[in-house]
Amino acid sequence: MSDSSTDVQSTETDTATDTADTSPDAPTDADAVAPSAVDRTGEIELAVDGLVKRFGGITAVDGASFEVESGSITGLIGPNGAGKSTTFHCITGIHQPDEGTVAFQGQDITGIAPYECADYGLVRTFQIAREMANMTVLENLMLPAKHQQGEALWRSVMPLARREVEAQERELLERVWDTLEFFEIEHIAEEKAGNLSGGQRKLLELARALMTEPEMLLLDEPFAGVNPTLEQKLLEHIHELRADGYTFLIVEHDMDLIMEHCEHVIVMHQGSVLAEGVPGQVTSNEQVIEAYLGGEV
Amino acid sequence: MSSTANAERRTQLESLWEHDAVKIIAVIGAIYIVYALIGLILGYSLDGIVNTLRRMTYLIAVYGMVTLALNLHWGYTGLFNIGVAGFMAIGLYVTMILAKPADPGGAAQYAGLGLPMPIAIIGGVVAAGLAGLVVALPALRLRADYFAITTIAFAEIVRLGITSDALQQFTILGAELGTGGGRGLIRNYDDPMNVIFQLEIFSSFVDLTNSLFGFGPTQARALAYSIVLVLVLAGIYWLIQRTSRSPFGRVLKAIREDEEAAQSLGKDTNMFKIKVFVLGCALMGLAGILWRFRRTGVTPEAFRPHVTFYIWIALIIGGAGSNTGSILGSGLFVAVLFEGPQYLRRVIDHLVAIGDAPNTFAGAVGPLLSANPVPLVRYTFAEFLTLQFVIMGVALILLMQRRPDGLLGHREETAAAIPLGARPSAAGGGSGGDGSGGSGSSGGFAHSQPRDQHDGSDQQTDGGVDADGTGTQAGTSENSDSRVSSDSTDQPDDSATDGETQ
Repeated sequence: MSDSSTDVQSTETDTATDTADTSPDAPTDADAVAPSAVDRTGEIELAVDGLVKRFGGITAVDGASFEVESGSITGLIGPNGAGKSTTFHCITGIHQPDEGTVAFQGQDITGIAPYECADYGLVRTFQIAREMANMTVLENLMLPAKHQQGEALWRSVMPLARREVEAQERELLERVWDTLEFFEIEHIAEEKAGNLSGGQRKLLELARALMTEPEMLLLDEPFAGVNPTLEQKLLEHIHELRADGYTFLIVEHDMDLIMEHCEHVIVMHQGSVLAEGVPGQVTSNEQVIEAYLGGEV
Repeated sequence: MSSTANAERRTQLESLWEHDAVKIIAVIGAIYIVYALIGLILGYSLDGIVNTLRRMTYLIAVYGMVTLALNLHWGYTGLFNIGVAGFMAIGLYVTMILAKPADPGGAAQYAGLGLPMPIAIIGGVVAAGLAGLVVALPALRLRADYFAITTIAFAEIVRLGITSDALQQFTILGAELGTGGGRGLIRNYDDPMNVIFQLEIFSSFVDLTNSLFGFGPTQARALAYSIVLVLVLAGIYWLIQRTSRSPFGRVLKAIREDEEAAQSLGKDTNMFKIKVFVLGCALMGLAGILWRFRRTGVTPEAFRPHVTFYIWIALIIGGAGSNTGSILGSGLFVAVLFEGPQYLRRVIDHLVAIGDAPNTFAGAVGPLLSANPVPLVRYTFAEFLTLQFVIMGVALILLMQRRPDGLLGHREETAAAIPLGARPSAAGGGSGGDGSGGSGSSGGFAHSQPRDQHDGSDQQTDGGVDADGTGTQAGTSENSDSRVSSDSTDQPDDSATDGETQ
């Protein structure tokens, strides 16, 4: 398996540099939910190989290896403590893995800083929504955009340079409103994020992640604490975004939901991958039934 | 009918109050009026009253500068800096050493480098900024509370370092310099404000103040100095407003709210923290310089930790996160807590004959046994200035309990270079169109959420447990451990927000 993945990696490096070349133009693009520039369907977006993470005596992730296909919605399931969230942390640089590699679009991103991860186009959301409570929804959504000139202190202060910053802010605000419309949350635009309901926060977090113009989204239990109507809404959005070329890796506990909406499912158990495949295969796998479904299905 | 007119007037007043300038003018104006009245009660002459107001202005301007800088650290970025005095000390001492003449002159004098004042000031500001960098590089990796300990330790190192014999006089690259140790440095360079005082136009300013208030030249100079400080304060206010109302300021706010989330959105938060810490420290250095560079001398005693806590009180009164609040807070701190007790004492002393106080506390409390409270009252009155610290403490506790956000700390200052709110292109309806989904529930779902969401989450967890079955038990211990680790990384953010709201 590792052999074949290195082959894929070498062919992919070219496409990856292509996207990197085009990306500086991207922020001027006013359309928030533009389809990804390069159609990579069928290629490997994310490859995790032999990932190990230990906390003291406990091995939270124990040699997990899996791949996520570009343009897919992949589910990552497993009982509590299977190491799903820790795997997320290791992929996105919040934890440094003790062993193993993570490759995104063929580039090795093992152990990079969390902020670099977003530069590659890999963005995550958190299990418990982490909105910036004392910032408005608009501010929350203005924050993530890349290549903001005004993030350089002198440009924000100096009178002439500031004019450009303001122009860029106006463009950005347009994109933010597009995103708000896409998620149908315009009515809460000026609300402080801390005043939102749990479900709205989940929407905000997804919207905020999209503002970084990612290519792949890692969603950590995006439906936890979300009412069924909103859950349906979120799923619609995810399918639409997938159709636009985004790749999703979703941690979720609700088996029915995973089986219905993911085309590929990875089952983790005790820190490693127990089984993977299309939902039908996974549910009929005896080990999975034993470990995860408790033999009830 | 009159009630509607009243209501109208009230809304008018309220909309006026929205403007930052109005708030500042109203509060500072009120302070001036109160102190002018105090001057009248005490029977001050006109020049005495104006001089009192000038002194207030000077103090408010200096405290305002430092409070604004601290607001940049704590109010915007959540950096718990309690080493403010140290950075002020570095600014002032470096400036003085650079400006003092190379030829010591008097016997008790230490030599400096004899550089021109503008260069000395720039040197002091840069030194304070560099000191900020030195502290920031290792310390910003620490959690908020440990960072705070580092900063106050640094401030004490600076103060004790200045006091130490080793630095009292030293030779570096052939130049003899010195901090003067505990004895301090005497200002034996020309008045740094001479640039202004020697202007032709300044003599007419002196004449003007003389004819208006009966000021002598010294008082006129002090007044001009205070005006310069107010202008510098306005400049710093402008700088920090710009900084905070920009994409840069937005990242600062995001760091304060949730640094890890900001990182996951691609922000190199450490760089932002270092930049803003250095900027704030440089401004603190500048304030330290302007505070005392005209005085006859400086001793390390001026930079004891209480200076830092004064600034914190001013920030808390005004409300962390608001630049306008920082200036209002400085005004109220200076007028009520810093100068207030002293003037109150004078007024009481003027109006009521208090009589001689006993010399010892025992002497004051003893007569209470024979039901005679007068000596205690007299004693308390005599020790009024010591009570200042008690009053400050009580005020701080009351504020924290009753109004933890301060006057204006509702954290509503927009973090963007343009006013947010309505869409810039009003005509741009539905351009995000491909995503609107078109399902029927769109109108209602958001409003029905607050209730439903709870039920939904309950169902979710219930369902999860059922499905997990035995698997849940198998994995529990592992899970709880990884939870603990992720919780502990959350800690700094939580404690930071707690600190703000309590």
